[in-house]
Amino acid sequence: MPVLEREGGQVWRRRTNGQNLARWFGWLLGVAVFVYCWQIISASTTWFFVWDAPRIADDIWTRATPPRWEYITQLGRPIWDTLNIATLGTIIALFLAVPVAFLAARNTTPSALIIRPIALLIIVATRSINSLIWALLLIAIIGPGVFAGVIAIAIRSIGFCAKLLYEAIEEIDQTQVEAITATGASRWQVMAYGIVPQILPAFAGIAVFRWDINIRESTVLGLVGAGGIGLQLSASLNVLAWPQVSLILIVILAAVVISEWVSAKVRGAII
Amino acid sequence: MSHRELDDMLGKGWRKPAFVKNPLLRWGLMLGFFAYLIAAYMTIEVDWGRVYEGLDRGWAFVVAFTSPDFVSRWSDIWSGLVESIVMTVAASVVGILISIPIGLGAARNIAPLPVYVICRGIVAISRALQEIIVAILLVAIFGFGPLAGFLTLSFATIGFLSKLLAEDIESMDKVQAEAIKASGARWMQWINYGVQPQVMPRLVGLSMYRIDINFRESAILGLVGAGGIGATLNTAFDRYEYDTAAAILLLIIGIVMALEYLSGIIRARVQ
Repeated sequence: MPVLEREGGQVWRRRTNGQNLARWFGWLLGVAVFVYCWQIISASTTWFFVWDAPRIADDIWTRATPPRWEYITQLGRPIWDTLNIATLGTIIALFLAVPVAFLAARNTTPSALIIRPIALLIIVATRSINSLIWALLLIAIIGPGVFAGVIAIAIRSIGFCAKLLYEAIEEIDQTQVEAITATGASRWQVMAYGIVPQILPAFAGIAVFRWDINIRESTVLGLVGAGGIGLQLSASLNVLAWPQVSLILIVILAAVVISEWVSAKVRGAII
Repeated sequence: MSHRELDDMLGKGWRKPAFVKNPLLRWGLMLGFFAYLIAAYMTIEVDWGRVYEGLDRGWAFVVAFTSPDFVSRWSDIWSGLVESIVMTVAASVVGILISIPIGLGAARNIAPLPVYVICRGIVAISRALQEIIVAILLVAIFGFGPLAGFLTLSFATIGFLSKLLAEDIESMDKVQAEAIKASGARWMQWINYGVQPQVMPRLVGLSMYRIDINFRESAILGLVGAGGIGATLNTAFDRYEYDTAAAILLLIIGIVMALEYLSGIIRARVQ
């Protein structure tokens, strides 16, 4: 136990001198890295704009209020498109994520040496790239529109759903699977009666959870031209129509809050 | 199960119990789902000719992944990547530092009601607004450059980390905190010795996870002019330089994988 000799007695301390020194150097290094990063940011910032920021913010606020409420009649179709992008994207993603998850789970994969790493690579690659970047790519390939948005959301969601699902598959109760196997069931029957009933609640939860996230993401996909309410947002921003921008932001906020409420309710009912 | 029911069921084949018990609700959900699918399919306009044309370009992109071009635009890629990393580091540090007091304030068992309401309000606002939308507003206010991206990521970190930290504090073991309090500790000592040791492992794990998310998000902030690798990526897509775009995407995937591996090691050590 690290102790400090003082006035003949021993006083308890949390760390030895060496540990203290090492921690001190760790902190020094961390602070130095942070200061260096801040310097780079500061060097590429036009500070005049920053000092002017309160006035600009005030200016934008006065321009943006009150929102142009009558514009809402033109937002019905974009909201419907946004909902479609999120829902269809989630459905496609789930169809693709299920086989990937079964191939990636340690207890169901046909080959741990070859197929499992490939499935894990698919999961990591689709998960680490944002849906906006997928949308950019798909717009370059198949042209702007709702379809590009659907596919972008679908690709982005595969990794997320497959990761959560394969973790659920790895945590199943093996005794039930063994019981089904003992009846002489084939591989597919074991899957259908031993594994699927155990992961079905997790699957439904993941589906609703991802749908909620996808509603959020699909509201901004239009910024790069992939359909939905983001198209209206970017058009309004381009012509500096701030009253329309504020109305669209309110609509997006409402959509996000409602989808979160729905998802929380459904997950509460399942679990 | 009574004998009567068992007698009725004898001689009939066993059927899997349905996931949704109420048959009316089950068929209603299915019917509604299919009606929605048909409606969604009818309203999505897909230009299949354009999609078919795009398949060649899609294939060109897949081929580009096998021969990514790191060299010819290396200076652009490097400066964008450094800016992304710098924004991630600075925003994570500031965001984590701010989110700790807000997380303490948003825990009902520590904070008095007025503080609790204010802190929960901050968390709700930060979570409801999407990164890219915050970035658009901040770019309009503070001008182009990494400062807007840094502020966006810090703001998003606060909502994420404070909420999860507050939930962790709320579910902590009360006994230990009371023991510290009974020894006559001041408020700071109480937090430092009674609360902090209980939530520290989870806080470290969540912080690592958030750094990971911040890097992924920093890759798209460039699309709206908030600094980082996104601007370079967007240019590469616009100029159909798929090999450069593939190189950037591979770099992003590589860094995310490295970060995930690192955070896995750190989380295993602190827990």
